[in-house]
Amino acid sequence: MDLMEYQAKTVFAKHGVGTTVGEVVTTPEEARAAAEKLGGGTVVVKAQVLTGGRGKAGGVKLAANPDEAEERAREILGLDIKGHIVKILNIVPAAAIAEEYYFSFLIDRANRNYLCIASAAGGMEIEEVAHTNPDAVAKISIDPATGVDLAKATQIATEAGYPADIIDAVAPEIVKLYEVFLAEDATLVEVNPLVKLKDGRVEALDGKVSLDENAEFRHPEYAAFADVSAADPLEAAAKAKGLNYVKLDGSVGIIGNGAGLVMSTLDVVAYAGEEFGGVKPANFLDIGGGASAEVMANGLEIIISDAQVKSVFVNVFGGITACDAVANGIVQAFELLAARGEAVSKPLVVRLDGNNAEEGRRILDEAGLAGLERVDTMDGAAKRAAELAAK
Amino acid sequence: MSIFLTKDSKVIVQGMTGSEGTKHTTRMLASGTNIVGGVNPRKAGTTVDFDGTAVAVFGTVADAVKETGANVSVIFVPPKFTKDAVLEAVAAEVPLVVVITEGVPVHDTAAFFAAAQASGTTRIIGPNCPGIITPGESNAGIIPASIAGAGRIGLVSKSGTLTYQMMYELSDFGFSTAIGIGGDPIVGTTHIDALQAFQDDPDTDAIVMIGEIGGDAEERAAAFIKDNVTKPVVGYVAGFTAPEGKTMGHAGAIVSGSSGTAAAKQEALEAVGVKVGKTPTETANLMRAIMQDLNK
Repeated sequence: MDLMEYQAKTVFAKHGVGTTVGEVVTTPEEARAAAEKLGGGTVVVKAQVLTGGRGKAGGVKLAANPDEAEERAREILGLDIKGHIVKILNIVPAAAIAEEYYFSFLIDRANRNYLCIASAAGGMEIEEVAHTNPDAVAKISIDPATGVDLAKATQIATEAGYPADIIDAVAPEIVKLYEVFLAEDATLVEVNPLVKLKDGRVEALDGKVSLDENAEFRHPEYAAFADVSAADPLEAAAKAKGLNYVKLDGSVGIIGNGAGLVMSTLDVVAYAGEEFGGVKPANFLDIGGGASAEVMANGLEIIISDAQVKSVFVNVFGGITACDAVANGIVQAFELLAARGEAVSKPLVVRLDGNNAEEGRRILDEAGLAGLERVDTMDGAAKRAAELAAK
Repeated sequence: MSIFLTKDSKVIVQGMTGSEGTKHTTRMLASGTNIVGGVNPRKAGTTVDFDGTAVAVFGTVADAVKETGANVSVIFVPPKFTKDAVLEAVAAEVPLVVVITEGVPVHDTAAFFAAAQASGTTRIIGPNCPGIITPGESNAGIIPASIAGAGRIGLVSKSGTLTYQMMYELSDFGFSTAIGIGGDPIVGTTHIDALQAFQDDPDTDAIVMIGEIGGDAEERAAAFIKDNVTKPVVGYVAGFTAPEGKTMGHAGAIVSGSSGTAAAKQEALEAVGVKVGKTPTETANLMRAIMQDLNK
């Protein structure tokens, strides 16, 4: 889960990292009040969206007084920045910046430890700096067993090429950012820019934090960070039912068991769909190993309620799960949905293979469910589902 | 022969008395695995009956190793206890630790992987994986033994169900060993580790490698294949249609910006001569053709 800037700065402040959280508002009037509360001087009005390039898109603006803050807020609220509509603003006093740097901690998948990326060239996309001037970007491997103490932090700051006069000020901040990375179960802690103010202090002017959803069990406070307003309504409904669902743009609804198989199913449908004018999958939905009737019914309910869906492909390989249990689950799901007044109104292609496949197929055939077709190979079933969606 | 797991492997189960542990211990025993004990501090000294096979429960991994000579541990404990369970197995110097648990925080995995590296003794497989099977010899994890028997194909995969699907498609040839390495951002055993072991295994003739979006493990595996693998390798990559920035089921399965895409992985593999199938079935057919050639 990615945090917005103001949330990231709130987390930084909790761990003593120097930063200015400022005010969080959702209307132009609130923006004026926030600017007044901050002393009536110059403020920065910053769009809070989960994407980069806010500045270039006109989502970050200076305002000399509360009147201007209200005006700027009116301009920025509702902006579409790379598909993200601005609904929240962060108002902060304008900082007297002397220099800007880049800093981050992240998970290093390749080396299976942590990586610190730091550069004295801040304020722009680090990928761009790494591309045009690779020597300006320091990459320092962090051993999870030893972590980052003041000595390591000093080494990082030096290797990054931060000016000698700020090393003593920035090293303790780096230790605290590492504490954020560990204690908050973050997979990314990025400060861009990290700034030296004209008075010599060092501050995180912006922040990007990604949290590990697998660690939610020890962070009940994560729930408050979720951006419910931005979530797709179908994704929100699926999450409420405990389903692992991602909305896509196509017309073939997908249900499968196991993340890898479902990803593969999407690809195979898109591949087969080329033949039918570019038919594409409508969603990712992994119902997991169990595939109980209730989970199947919940999954079908979400998919059928997607207006873009023209056909549904249920792709199950019975590994641990037996196909007869899955078939019974499908039959009962039809009954459950009928009882909820939501009959399955779209054609369904089912492929069952693996453990007890014969019995599972027999159960489906005997049930004679309206609109349900059985195709026994994954490629063949994908093709049929794409064909039905193209009709 | 095989990699990492043989008929001589002595397996203990951490979390054996939980519901998943009980179910899969029964299945592992039924497929011939030599399970020598379970671990549960609250049930130490008791035995558990699995369809007529009595398995002793020990209070600690160290006790189990001392009493039984166990050299493999399969872990089924819930995510919040997984780190401590793995660290206990590492401290007891268990050579192979298979972590089935899904949903382990990545910082916990980083910590126990670092401990395993420092130990110099323990190989970890997983977490969030189906485990490893050497058909006809031993099964450490949840891969259904009934899908395919022993043969000369090696299989390494990030995905559990795609492992099953591929074993099923190629059940006419069978497998030396099939290993599910898991789809988390940090995994104990990588494609490269498995490729190296299959290359060195005299009873593996050819290798199927299944990858998916996220990270650059497949690209690094491609570079490794170029310099180190002489046996034929066939590949499959899942997630061509995955949108940027969305996690697709597995914690590590995410395209970030332009990195971690399926297209880049396919390209890297094909550039070193690995044939990559468009669908699991097509991939199986590519391997079938190779095996038929080798058997001529």
